[in-house]
Amino acid sequence: MKPLTTEQIRAVIAKGKFRDNLFKAMGVFCLALALLVIVALIADMVIKGADRFTLDFFLNFASRRATQAGILSAWVGSLLVMLVTALAAVPLGVAAGLYLEEYAKRNWITNLIEINISNLAAVPSIVYGLLSLGIFVYQFGLGQSILSAGLTLALLILPIIIVSTREAIRSIPAMIREGSMAVGATRWQTCRYHIIPYAMPGILTGVIIGLARAIGETAPIITIGALTFIAFLPPVPYTEISEGVNAGLFDWVMSPFTVMPIQIFNWTSRPDPAFEVNAAAAGFVLMAMVLSMNAIAIYLRYKMRKNIKW
Amino acid sequence: MSANNASDLPGVSDRLAFNAMRNWKEKLIEGLLLTAAAISVLTTLGIVYVLVSESIHFFQNVSLFDFLTDTQWTPLFDDAHFGIMVLISGTLVSSLVALLVAIPMGTTIAIYLSEFADSRVREVAKPILELLGGIPTIVFGYFALLVVTPILQFFFPSMPGFSLLSAGLVMGIMIVPYIASLSEDAMRAVPMSMREGAYAMGSTKLYTAIHVVVPAAISGLAASYILAISRAVGETMILAVAAGMQPNLTWNPAEPAATITSYIVQVALGDLPHGSIGYQTIFAAGLTLLLITLMFNILGQWLRAKYRENY
Repeated sequence: MKPLTTEQIRAVIAKGKFRDNLFKAMGVFCLALALLVIVALIADMVIKGADRFTLDFFLNFASRRATQAGILSAWVGSLLVMLVTALAAVPLGVAAGLYLEEYAKRNWITNLIEINISNLAAVPSIVYGLLSLGIFVYQFGLGQSILSAGLTLALLILPIIIVSTREAIRSIPAMIREGSMAVGATRWQTCRYHIIPYAMPGILTGVIIGLARAIGETAPIITIGALTFIAFLPPVPYTEISEGVNAGLFDWVMSPFTVMPIQIFNWTSRPDPAFEVNAAAAGFVLMAMVLSMNAIAIYLRYKMRKNIKW
Repeated sequence: MSANNASDLPGVSDRLAFNAMRNWKEKLIEGLLLTAAAISVLTTLGIVYVLVSESIHFFQNVSLFDFLTDTQWTPLFDDAHFGIMVLISGTLVSSLVALLVAIPMGTTIAIYLSEFADSRVREVAKPILELLGGIPTIVFGYFALLVVTPILQFFFPSMPGFSLLSAGLVMGIMIVPYIASLSEDAMRAVPMSMREGAYAMGSTKLYTAIHVVVPAAISGLAASYILAISRAVGETMILAVAAGMQPNLTWNPAEPAATITSYIVQVALGDLPHGSIGYQTIFAAGLTLLLITLMFNILGQWLRAKYRENY
């Protein structure tokens, strides 16, 4: 083989560089496309829904007339469902994560739990809806209530919370535990006063990401048969609901409800274009909720990475 | 602190009692934590129990052979047919469209971020991808039906108002962040010395990325693709909104069709009595869906084990 001349070598190098740059451009293009989708989505919803961003929209119930319809029952429902979800998923998820990192011995039970959690994360969300329809709604007789929906979403986001708890706990160095135990603390005292507080930012990030996922979930809640047309609010504790009868403290958990995603789905699937406007406005409100939750989580994680140095 | 007189200290039996109490409490707490961890196993058992028990009722009325071979899916009509292939075709076609978008785009972004981009670009790009992954699927469904479909109709006037294509395209965009971030993690785990070796031999960045880094990270890439497939197969709202819900045995993405997931939504929206055959079909459909995702997951684990490279 003849050695290449200088010009030929230069040509080879130039070709390599050109290909590198071409690929770089492709990478930037793909990222830009992703960004474009986000921008187009938000812009479309803001422009279409602009007329509906009034106080009335937030304070009106759903209506057959598009211009009078609002999202009151939807956003109240979403908040209440999230409350149940958080109350169920956070203690369970943190406890499970704590157990797996601090207590679990390496045995088949631990292995089973770990494999199970990673597999659950891949189960489609609608399957959780079927689970809940069979177990919570009919077997436990909870009906199509806020409680059923909250528990369904809690099971759905449990793997997210467990995984982030474990990651947060794992990043705490062993010397913290050793120091605590050296002065006589038990394992639980070590967890209670050291591990959980130090892991808190990481846990919180996971909880927020989990809840942001849950608030946008539609399929499992439709599957349990949540109504789409709700023109009332769940009973407020201790207020009169009918003649001489006051609502109990927890009556609201058994109430029928609707949530933001279902309201959007309902409006999107109507043929009347007037409802498109409502869907756009409600979609924007939901996006704003989800994105601000995600932004808080991203910020928390960023903060955490900067501040903690063991 | 209090005085340290010997008389102030608790007696031996008091301390033993205290220790016993404390040990008991420790055991109790450990038990509670284990219970919390076991909830996840119970969830799995619950899913399997519900799907299998309702499906058994279903298969007492419909033979498995009909279920797998019939070419019509009309469970709520008088002339009922239960051919799951109809729903599977919709699921596979839309997933395929999604993957044709997501795999090239996600992999390109991953290679770019891991091999080419400097840290400033990465700091901006990662949150953007995370935000994209965080958008609720119902919003994507809205986007597919009311933005992407009209755009497609502009270029192809014969496109119907609902189609697997527009749902699949948007679903692909939705999946990009999963592939990008998992693949990037896998490629960043490839040791620097391998890249340096390639550079020392005169490789360009692109050549190194494609011929050294990607093969070394292939098990991670495969895992991310498998996860993407699971997401696509299990995705519900985009399809329920934008693909129409008519059962339609087709391999043409430009047609409307129902998928396994959108069928479940359609039935759940109606008011089917508990225990009816229509009610049971959604569990049989759900079981099929779970088996499909399970199959892909097992395939993924096998691929990962086969091509795993340790450095």
